[in-house]
Amino acid sequence: MEYILQPWPWYISGPCFAIIMFILLYFGRSFGMSSNLKTLCAIGGAGKRIEFFKFNWKSQRWNLVVVLGAIMGGFIAHNYLSNPINIDLSQNTIDDLKSLGFENAGKSLLPPELFSWEAAFSIKGLILLLVGGILVGFGTRYAGGCTSGHAITGLSSLQLPSLVAVIGFFIGGLIMINLIYPILF
Amino acid sequence: MGRYLKFLIVGIFFGIILVKSEAVSWYRIFEMFKFQSFHMYGIIGTAIITGIILLLLSKQLKLKTIHGNYIRVPVKERGLPRYIIGGSIFGLGWALCGACPGPMYILVGTGAFTVLIVIIGALIGTLIYGIFKNKLPH
Repeated sequence: MEYILQPWPWYISGPCFAIIMFILLYFGRSFGMSSNLKTLCAIGGAGKRIEFFKFNWKSQRWNLVVVLGAIMGGFIAHNYLSNPINIDLSQNTIDDLKSLGFENAGKSLLPPELFSWEAAFSIKGLILLLVGGILVGFGTRYAGGCTSGHAITGLSSLQLPSLVAVIGFFIGGLIMINLIYPILF
Repeated sequence: MGRYLKFLIVGIFFGIILVKSEAVSWYRIFEMFKFQSFHMYGIIGTAIITGIILLLLSKQLKLKTIHGNYIRVPVKERGLPRYIIGGSIFGLGWALCGACPGPMYILVGTGAFTVLIVIIGALIGTLIYGIFKNKLPH
């Protein structure tokens, strides 16, 4: 039990993600989490005005069930399968975050400086989270996939477009962390 | 409902692994983009290597899906701008809110309800793409 309560090492969790991808392929589906955003827009009625959302979203219900399961999995893992969180971040990361104004790095899953109720509903915090979400939603649909669809499924099947997309993920990520963070925080 | 149960179980497994691997953590994403730890690269690297092996094996063994077709990964459309530009925009957002479209939901499950703001943003972003799709280079 103690092994389960500890954070799982990368060489256990990495292969598990591949197994999830493979199980979904075996079920005749493909692993792609961002598609659910499109489905949710369609359920909300976006298909009435926008061609892109005009599709039979009911064929995507299985993926929404995966999302529901993922939420439950998050609840179970966090509440019943985890010791108090203490993420073993590198000292350099902790120092860099401190200089940006993030204290106690790794003591929780998310930094309270961004995600506490107080921070999230400050004007700056609200804009950051909303804009971050918009960039993720727009970017993932434009690129035709996210980490699950491109980095895991696409690279496992040796597809060049996915490699380009993942290189893009890193271009964007490196710009954000190294150039934009020092301005924002 | 029965035919959806297996997807619910896959989802639960997915959520548990993302939490236990710490890949849902904003801090781990920051650390990854700073190249300060091997952790995330280890996860993604072993996922890809395992995935490659599983897909090659299933091809060799001619494994079939539950529907009786050969196991096949959907082929990504050709193109360059959409992958490099779209990917970079995604990366900006991923590094800012530390969550990609799977972890977003999982974090809500862990009780981080302010992540719902990120999800609302992601829905708006998806909607914007849908509106401007035909005007963008792909």
